[in-house]
Amino acid sequence: MSKEKQGILGWVDERLPVVEFWEAHLSKYYAPRNFNFWYFFGSLALLILVMQILTGIFLTMHYKPDAELAFASVEYIMRDVNWGWLIRYMHSTGASAFFVVVYMHMLRGLMYGSFKQPRELIWLFGVLIYVCLMAEAFMGYLLPWGQMSYWGAQVIVNLFGTIPVIGDQLALFIRGDYVVSDATLNRFFALHVIAVPIVLLGLVVAHIAALHTVGSNNPDGVEIKKNKGADGIPLDGIPFHPYYTVKDIVGVVVFLFLFSIVVFYFPEMNGYFLEHANFEPANPLATPEHIAPVWYFTPFYTVLRAIPNPFGGVVAMGAAVMILFFLPWIDKNKVKSIRYRSVLYKVNLAVFLVAFVWLGYLGMQGVTPMRSEMALRMSELYFLFFVVLGVYSTNRSAFYYIKWFVIIIGIISAYDVYRSNAEIAALVWQTWLVPVAFLVVALLGAAFTNLDQDKTVPERVTE
Amino acid sequence: MTKHVVDTSRRKMLTTSASVVGAVGAAVTLWPFVSTMGPSARALAAGAPVEIDVSKLEPGQKIQVEWRRKPVWIIRRSDDMIASLDATEDRLRDPDSTAPEMQPAFAQNKTRSLKPEFLVLVGICTHLGCSPTFRPEIAPEDMGPDWVGGFYCPCHGSRFDLSGRVYKNVPANNNLEVPPHQYLSDKVLLIGVNAEEGAA
Repeated sequence: MSKEKQGILGWVDERLPVVEFWEAHLSKYYAPRNFNFWYFFGSLALLILVMQILTGIFLTMHYKPDAELAFASVEYIMRDVNWGWLIRYMHSTGASAFFVVVYMHMLRGLMYGSFKQPRELIWLFGVLIYVCLMAEAFMGYLLPWGQMSYWGAQVIVNLFGTIPVIGDQLALFIRGDYVVSDATLNRFFALHVIAVPIVLLGLVVAHIAALHTVGSNNPDGVEIKKNKGADGIPLDGIPFHPYYTVKDIVGVVVFLFLFSIVVFYFPEMNGYFLEHANFEPANPLATPEHIAPVWYFTPFYTVLRAIPNPFGGVVAMGAAVMILFFLPWIDKNKVKSIRYRSVLYKVNLAVFLVAFVWLGYLGMQGVTPMRSEMALRMSELYFLFFVVLGVYSTNRSAFYYIKWFVIIIGIISAYDVYRSNAEIAALVWQTWLVPVAFLVVALLGAAFTNLDQDKTVPERVTE
Repeated sequence: MTKHVVDTSRRKMLTTSASVVGAVGAAVTLWPFVSTMGPSARALAAGAPVEIDVSKLEPGQKIQVEWRRKPVWIIRRSDDMIASLDATEDRLRDPDSTAPEMQPAFAQNKTRSLKPEFLVLVGICTHLGCSPTFRPEIAPEDMGPDWVGGFYCPCHGSRFDLSGRVYKNVPANNNLEVPPHQYLSDKVLLIGVNAEEGAA
């Protein structure tokens, strides 16, 4: 090293590449200059992760992972520990906020094609983070040992029991007992406070490292590295620090403002963040009247309920999450951003969002024949989003679209014929129109109109 | 300097055998860690049988006892209730209780019991493990006009008749489980152990 370095920083930097790290990831990491609102959520997710770890550490100092003591220790935190209620409400609200932010972050990825080549690995790490988050949230929810904690865990662990042959042994192995019990609580605690957080942190590092290797996408879906100036810096890039650190601080302030309103005024969010039945200690002999998971799981829970066969339901629910992993290889359309994609693509994405929200709503409601039907139809729309996305990968002939139209309608109708009986026939064939109407627009629309034409992507970012 | 010739096949053999031995060692070391997660000796021992005096039960009454930390129901069915079992038969998925393991062989009959009036069931839904609600009323508003009494699971809407037999078109696939049991005397029921072979 010929360069002279002075002071403490110089001394350290000769032994540890601090400056190099700072430059590579902040002051000389060039991000596209056209980031918008949707680009707040990555840094917010990081903020919440730190917040969950901090509040979690302090909760651990007072919480007791024992079936006899757990419920009372949470009440103790709420009533007797100085400011304990605040720490706990920050943690419980943080869980919901985490999912709000992560869902927005994922939607951003969908809209601007941030999962596409060359960012497939970023997306895969992201989906892994999402799966870990779900595990983390599920296991954390058992810890207060309330009625919802108990019966929610009972139902979810039994999902594994529906797997043919190994199911019963697997469920027994997860619980460590024949029913959800002290053994289950103790291990969920260990996994929740140590194992999964370590995995999460590792995945976050991998997610960001992969991002900083290929560079950020942007609302135009233009690769800024393709247009570099004489100095080797992308013409449309600006250093992350100070430009985006300052922008993200604005996001943080707004987020913390909204977060505080919930923590201080609506910590239970009327039963959506903390369910009412969970204020009763777990009772293995009595199931609460109405069991619903916390809001962020309800879309997938509805997919589970939409299929009457237990194992079939589990497979459908698993597939609804797992299909996200394959997104980069399903949607191979070269146009990344929604700005330059076809009208029909926008319709497809909009229908997907409606289906997802509707699935979430249905998961909070009790079961009626009409709701069961809609659960199935919305699940079909959820999966059809990915099918249609695959079909739209390149412009095809009218015949190709019609072929897919016939195949998919055939599959859906065959299943309806199989499951229909005198009692539900009217409902089945009325709601049959839901997926069919969507496919008429999405596939026949593509075959017979120009609405499937993508626009030309500009060379440089706009704005 | 002498020229060293690297014997690559020898090196490859050593690398492979070292890796295989290492992998086997790692797998064997993993075993104790994995098996700590199985049910402990204490959990296995907690499955002792339970004795209950059933002589005080009124017709139509249900009591609940705990066996292996699961709810077990004992219901003394009235004559009307037993008669209702014929009415449900064509709406059931498995009216003859053909699925093995859901009941001891002696309970593979219409009443799914040793004595027709006493029904003994594990009170856990065969769908995803919630505990169904006992709904003996005839045709209450929320259960519909065809309801002749039975069990309803609040979690996912599964329905069972008064023998714990599952209806068609509900999420649960199997009838409710009849635990191993026997009568020690006219009054005393033992849950957890079947009667001797032959006596059943």
